[in-house]
Amino acid sequence: MATKAHAPTTMIEVEVVAITVVSDIIKRFRFEPVDGQPLPVFGGGAHVVVEMQDGDTQRRNPYSIVSPPGTTDHYAVSVRRDDVGRGGSLYMHNSLQVGDRLFISHPVNLFPIDHRARKHLLIAGGIGITPFLSMMAQLEAEESHFELHLSVRSDGGFLDEIHEHYGKRGSFYRDDRGEVLPLAALLAGQPLGTHLYVCGPEGMLNWVLKSAHDAGWPSQNVHYERFLAPPVGTPYEVLLAVSNITVKVSAQQSMLEAIEAAGIDAPYMCRGGACGQCETKVLSFDGELLHNDHFLTDDEHAGGQKIMPCVSRFQGRELVLER
Amino acid sequence: MTIEFNNETFRGDFTFSNSQRAIERFPFPFHEDKYMYAVNLEPHVAFRPGSVFEQPFDVDEHYVGEMNDRALVLNEDPLRCQSLPHMNIAGWDLLELIMTSKAASYPQWFELHQDGDRWHWINRPLGIDDTFTFMDNATLPYGPMEYILRQTQGDFAVLDQRENNLWMDAGMITTQADWSLDFDLGMNFMEWHGPVPLAHEMGIFDRALKFLLNVRQGQPARRLNWTMTVNPRLDTSPENYHKWGSDRMTVNADNVGELMHLRVELQSFWRLPRSNALVFPIRCFLISLQDLATVPKWGRRFHRVIRDLPNELADYKGLTITRPYVIEYMSQFDDGAETSPGIFAD
Repeated sequence: MATKAHAPTTMIEVEVVAITVVSDIIKRFRFEPVDGQPLPVFGGGAHVVVEMQDGDTQRRNPYSIVSPPGTTDHYAVSVRRDDVGRGGSLYMHNSLQVGDRLFISHPVNLFPIDHRARKHLLIAGGIGITPFLSMMAQLEAEESHFELHLSVRSDGGFLDEIHEHYGKRGSFYRDDRGEVLPLAALLAGQPLGTHLYVCGPEGMLNWVLKSAHDAGWPSQNVHYERFLAPPVGTPYEVLLAVSNITVKVSAQQSMLEAIEAAGIDAPYMCRGGACGQCETKVLSFDGELLHNDHFLTDDEHAGGQKIMPCVSRFQGRELVLER
Repeated sequence: MTIEFNNETFRGDFTFSNSQRAIERFPFPFHEDKYMYAVNLEPHVAFRPGSVFEQPFDVDEHYVGEMNDRALVLNEDPLRCQSLPHMNIAGWDLLELIMTSKAASYPQWFELHQDGDRWHWINRPLGIDDTFTFMDNATLPYGPMEYILRQTQGDFAVLDQRENNLWMDAGMITTQADWSLDFDLGMNFMEWHGPVPLAHEMGIFDRALKFLLNVRQGQPARRLNWTMTVNPRLDTSPENYHKWGSDRMTVNADNVGELMHLRVELQSFWRLPRSNALVFPIRCFLISLQDLATVPKWGRRFHRVIRDLPNELADYKGLTITRPYVIEYMSQFDDGAETSPGIFAD
């Protein structure tokens, strides 16, 4: 039996059957399988990678599944429009229509429930609520003890729905009303065996993680998911030494997307610089590696021998990868 | 395809035997004339109709006999099946995976009818016809993992994934090659592989762990592993060492072909959905050396592999005492001819 590093990525063809406006910047998309077969069961916190054909550009963006686990006739994802991003969310918001078909990945869960917890403390900021929607549905079905604390700019559309389903297990803090998430009190007042889950913007995530650490929470009880989109930058070229081809990476494209567009089945999972699956060896470079991931250590970033092409970029004359 | 299920034993009078068909589909583990550790993982996708690689969970002529032997082991030692409390969801995930797979692979033997949470499961070879509520433990005679694994060939380790590691937090282990679930329960990947010689230094486990942490739903992987066992005994556990440890002293030049068995594990790796656990089925296939040698390529190659095996590996593979007999016996099937690449018979 030959050694193979990874299986070819299997995708599922789905049709957009409904698009719902959740707020002025969030839309929910409902996908149903084209072949009518049940979709794979997924767990709370899971995401799918949605493949979009946006003109000449193929994009693959990860989105949390927001429908309840156990649902196999459809998946729903909620997408926040990012007007200054690379264009994936704009494509979803402005171009995708009911009746369109596209491919999605099998569910992947990089933010699973830790079933050892006696209580689950969920803290979310803004669109970081999305993984918690499926997680809360699963926790409720399993009759687990949980509470959600969600910080939002204003009424972003999710609040009524969450309140209706979960009552006082959901607490909301609105910036427009000057409400602040009482983090210190929350962290100090939990029973033994509580696990903390955080998802939200970078600043909030770091605030919660540092506060939990400083309050003496064991790292094994703290779980988080970063929503890191690949940043835009300036165009550059990459020489893929194994395939012996040169790939152009445009300003709006990630290095991984450019490699995929060249027909190379490169490994990936989170597409957000967290999981480490796309780690690629740098053979040589003349310029600057722009590391944006959270996977490699500071030493590895400085060492210039590895790069995570899902979020990191390059600026300079020449970059050669072992791919 | 219809299969007669053998009426056979894996202990006492050892009436286990392989039919001609079972010999031909035996998963011979050596793709070349020598052996060294390798991670050797490949996607667990349907491969070669009729082979043990065709279905997600293979069912063969030994199914009923193996399940009877498992029931005997569990009756004597209930600790062969354990599940820490946080692994209950993984047990239901596993039950669902196996029931849906088997009902699709072998509709003549297994049927699953789902009406919401109300599930009706029929297992004809074992005479089981049960209706239960999915995710409600009280509606099954055992916990979900134990229930389905009393009906599934192979040992199963159900591994929790956290802190960038895998933890042996549940399993059903009754046909193991000398390791103990009760001893390993709660250990992480590096801890339970502690006793394996050479491989740590080779970095095998670092690479394997990295691969396993990234096994994705819908993309299972598999590999083959092997060892040697005297007699077709499934339960070669440390708990019962006093019952089988001395078997090796009974091997001699006259009976080696009949008593010594190549024991191959078809290991696969699956991501479970709700629990995000990794399940690791270890399916055991046994073949006597005399049956193995009826396939000329395998006879030649097995002689060369055992003859040239490093001593540390020979010890680990249960060959310390019996190796000279095995080499001598197998040499009669090795005419020095070249062997073709790959594991399958010519």
